[in-house]
Amino acid sequence: MTIDDTVTGVDLCEVTVIVNGQLRRARTEVRTLLSDFLRHDLGLTGTHVGCEHGACGACTVLVDGTAVRACLMLAVQVDGGEVTTVEGITPDEGLSPLQDAMWAEHGLQCGFCTPGILCSVEGAARAGENVGERLDDLLGGHICRCTGYQNVRAAVRLYCAGGQEAGR
Amino acid sequence: MKPGAFEYVAPESLEAALAVLTDRGEDASILSGGQSLLPLLNMRLARPEVLLDINRLGELATWEVTGDEVRVGALVRAARLERDAEVLATLPVLPEAISHIGHPQIRNRTTVGGNVAHADPSSELPGVLAALDGSVELRSQSGTRTLSWDEFFVSVFTTAREPEELVIGVRFPLLRGWDVRFTEMARRHGDFPIVALTVAVQEDGGVLTGLRAAATGVADRPVRLTEVEQAATGRSLDDAVIADLAGLARDAVDPQPDGAGSAEYRKHLVGTLLSRVLAPELGRSAA
Repeated sequence: MTIDDTVTGVDLCEVTVIVNGQLRRARTEVRTLLSDFLRHDLGLTGTHVGCEHGACGACTVLVDGTAVRACLMLAVQVDGGEVTTVEGITPDEGLSPLQDAMWAEHGLQCGFCTPGILCSVEGAARAGENVGERLDDLLGGHICRCTGYQNVRAAVRLYCAGGQEAGR
Repeated sequence: MKPGAFEYVAPESLEAALAVLTDRGEDASILSGGQSLLPLLNMRLARPEVLLDINRLGELATWEVTGDEVRVGALVRAARLERDAEVLATLPVLPEAISHIGHPQIRNRTTVGGNVAHADPSSELPGVLAALDGSVELRSQSGTRTLSWDEFFVSVFTTAREPEELVIGVRFPLLRGWDVRFTEMARRHGDFPIVALTVAVQEDGGVLTGLRAAATGVADRPVRLTEVEQAATGRSLDDAVIADLAGLARDAVDPQPDGAGSAEYRKHLVGTLLSRVLAPELGRSAA
């Protein structure tokens, strides 16, 4: 490959990616961040954009099953891959067990950071990691200015213990 | 905050990537994990003409543990190495140091080669490399060369890598019979350390037969505290010796102040961290 084969940043490229189980295809600029691609090109506004330099964690999504910052990847990098956003971890009706636990423990107030937190915890759980043990490490990657984290931690613990149903 | 325009190229083979660097290395930024580069692009602190994405070079994404070393391909994600049982059993200081790099979501993308090539003066892995006397493999179309950490790290964000070269691997030697420890002080876990310290200890019957200490965050590149290393050999670790070594460590560095800490604080920290990292040994012998 020589430089003649490259595309320039202002050029459009076609990105084909499975998002939340659906094959999606869109043309976007090569320099488009994955976070902006999801929101603007695919209309998936559940992924929130906060700091845009990887510090706040609001834009965290699953790329090929792994929790990453969507603001620190280019959309073109997920071409041929698979992305799961907060929309994808939400059932068609009702809430997922993790969302239910967040509801029960008041694990959010304004909700801006919540999609990222849900994706991080869900990603770790799906990868078979011990979420309860890694709780603080996982939540350390997210900035929440409402809850003081105590309610988020309580929610994740409730989720790890089997959720509201198990607790009753 | 959006990146400026750039030419984007994502080769499928190492040869193709090296051809791009031969052609346009001077104008290119190399996109590995992107956890430092993308923020720079987003804030337009970096405006490369060419973005060379090496994420499709699967041949750089493997590591191996041999009798002498852990050899890590440049594209190995920090999180994968952090969780590898063989690495944990062979060179536990490596996953320990990695666990301090950013947050789990960052480490899922961060690569070992990118972390080292970025040469942040306070970053963890360059200090580990310095303590272990590790090295960095570079390849260009004209061949491969291996540079010791001392040759590779030049200054702040500056290495001996030539524009046509790519970091392809990082070599962490195994110190058989040494106890290698890592510690750091950061404002909060996941932040860049203010000072990080990697210390390797060799002991015989309570007497130090060898000590290696490498610090980051106290100079424009990783430094070995050679005065401390020399003074430690042949002595047994007690409170007085540890205090003496901590004082030597503070005198050995000449840090620059920045927003994370003053020069005085960094000098103080390097001694304090050395005391703390040496103290467990004292605790054991005293018990």
